[in-house]
Amino acid sequence: MNPTIPIQMPANLDLLGPDKGILTVKLHGDWAGKSDSAISPTDALLEVIRNAAEQRAESGEVVRVAWDAAALASWDSRILIAIDAALKLAETHGLETDLQGLPEGIRRLLRMSRAVPPRGERRSSRKKTNMLVLIGLSAIQVSRSLGDANAFFGQSLMSLWRFVRGKARFLRSDILEFIQTTGPQALPIVGIINVLLGVILGFMGAVQLQQFGAQIYVADLVALGLTREIAPMMTAIIMAGRTGAAYAAQLGTMQVNEEIDALETCGFSPMDFLVLPRMLALSLMFPLLVLYADALGIFGGYLVGVGILDLSTTEYIEQTRKAIGMGDIALGVVKGAVFGVLVAITGCMHGMQSGRSASAVGNASTNAVVSGIISIIVMTAVFAVFTNILGI
Amino acid sequence: MTTETIAIAVDHLEMAYGEFVIQRDLNFQIHSGEIFIIMGDSGSGKSTLLRHMIGLQRPAKGEIRYGDISFWGLSQDKRRRFSQRFGVLYQSGALWSSMTLAQNVTLPLKEHTDYTAKEVAELASFKLSLVGLAGFEDYYPSEISGGMRKRAGLARALALDPAILFFDEPSAGLDPISSRRLDELILELRDSLGTTIVVVTHELASIFAIADNAVFVDAEARTQTALGNPRALRDSPPSEKVGEFLTRSVSVDSPKGAAL
Repeated sequence: MNPTIPIQMPANLDLLGPDKGILTVKLHGDWAGKSDSAISPTDALLEVIRNAAEQRAESGEVVRVAWDAAALASWDSRILIAIDAALKLAETHGLETDLQGLPEGIRRLLRMSRAVPPRGERRSSRKKTNMLVLIGLSAIQVSRSLGDANAFFGQSLMSLWRFVRGKARFLRSDILEFIQTTGPQALPIVGIINVLLGVILGFMGAVQLQQFGAQIYVADLVALGLTREIAPMMTAIIMAGRTGAAYAAQLGTMQVNEEIDALETCGFSPMDFLVLPRMLALSLMFPLLVLYADALGIFGGYLVGVGILDLSTTEYIEQTRKAIGMGDIALGVVKGAVFGVLVAITGCMHGMQSGRSASAVGNASTNAVVSGIISIIVMTAVFAVFTNILGI
Repeated sequence: MTTETIAIAVDHLEMAYGEFVIQRDLNFQIHSGEIFIIMGDSGSGKSTLLRHMIGLQRPAKGEIRYGDISFWGLSQDKRRRFSQRFGVLYQSGALWSSMTLAQNVTLPLKEHTDYTAKEVAELASFKLSLVGLAGFEDYYPSEISGGMRKRAGLARALALDPAILFFDEPSAGLDPISSRRLDELILELRDSLGTTIVVVTHELASIFAIADNAVFVDAEARTQTALGNPRALRDSPPSEKVGEFLTRSVSVDSPKGAAL
């Protein structure tokens, strides 16, 4: 009797021979389905081949490995992997193999899997890289994307110049539609957020100022803080999430669908046709949205002043009028216009540069929102420094 | 043969993404009124070649000439204006999804002609009826089937009566009957209007049905490995691979598999 390697019932194998140099591996039982064995089929077969190779080296008894699958009840892809590995190992040990005993199906599948030789080089991007290389690569990536952003900004300015000269070609109806979606349709969310911001600012000021009996200055705090800084910034952040992401997704989908290519080959400039109307609509609507946000924010502060601090309506309004001048409001509006251009450019840029897959479009809108918000905050800081220096 | 003029000449073209060269040394000429097929295995850069010819991707080396004009030597503005002479049918139709079919067809007409609004509308309806979509003027691309989108894309490509039509995988996603109808439409357009037609495809049935000439671009060799009439190429293939491609056969046993 030959040694039996137990795989655990019912899958099992016996070794017959060696007989005239031929070692026969007899497979029986169910090899398909869930593996409940401690030893994998691959390990078991590799063990067989290793033993055969040793016997050959010692006594020259085994020359060839044959298979007998008459009692093999069922099998799945795992047996293919096991046999494939065993055959390769046998080859490296110089053992001959005879596959006649294997089921026709197994032999065919093995043949199919070897029909096309594996690709020589693997993808270079899978190469292992160390930390320094990764840092360097991402630095290159950042500088490249900054370059792209500059180029896109330049192209939008060219497009704007063509518009000014009346040479830009796009659909007038597109502008109206974008105005509708970025203006009136944004009113509810911009309104709610800014009323609440006014309320929050009012409370924050009230707690501190009440200690000095200076609660009337809540009006100053709310009006100045909102018109100069918070209303434009928050409106821009809302619009980056709302409209910037939408633009990136729209243009990204058009890229996937070859619609942008079709514009190009129909003789249109995608910059003029797609980016320009979005940019115009946003920079037209943004200052108006900022004015609206100012008014509602001040209203929020007024609710706190009158409701909590027992100020009278006329007092509050008078104090607000004294606190802010046209300069403050104008500063907020100018900021709004700049932010509008920023949101439009980051949204459109990521959309236009989107790759051609579903995940690429998702990335495009994520990147549009992230870079939109970052550039808004950076620009707010720049404004703060310059207005301080210029004394505005 | 003597009166044939060369509509498009591709001269030592090299296509690359960054440093990765897809195809090099492509040389072929397309005569006026010819139906020319760009064929090749998957990943060989057939569609990329088309993108080079219609101005969407700049060649790494070499040039593409229309008549005696070097296409990529033109400025971007001039190139755009020049591409009015093309009609392009994209793989998925590439209709502008925010516009109705009629608006899709009229946009190039409004842009590049001075026809009256009435004429433009009539032309759009006529082009749609040419591709069997009469009555679908006010549908949006998302409301019709993939095959209909493709035909509407063809109507848009035909809007300006282009001298050269490009088709990117016209039979992809079409059932055999629609695919056959499209082939007949292509032949009809060539015969009635004398349009030069360039088709990227690997559908053997349509290749043999419509082609006058063809170029075979090979993904492994990274250059063209055959040029000529597909039937002649099938009967005396210049290489084993071209022969296999055109007869839809494969050498079953690779040397390594033969041992099994």
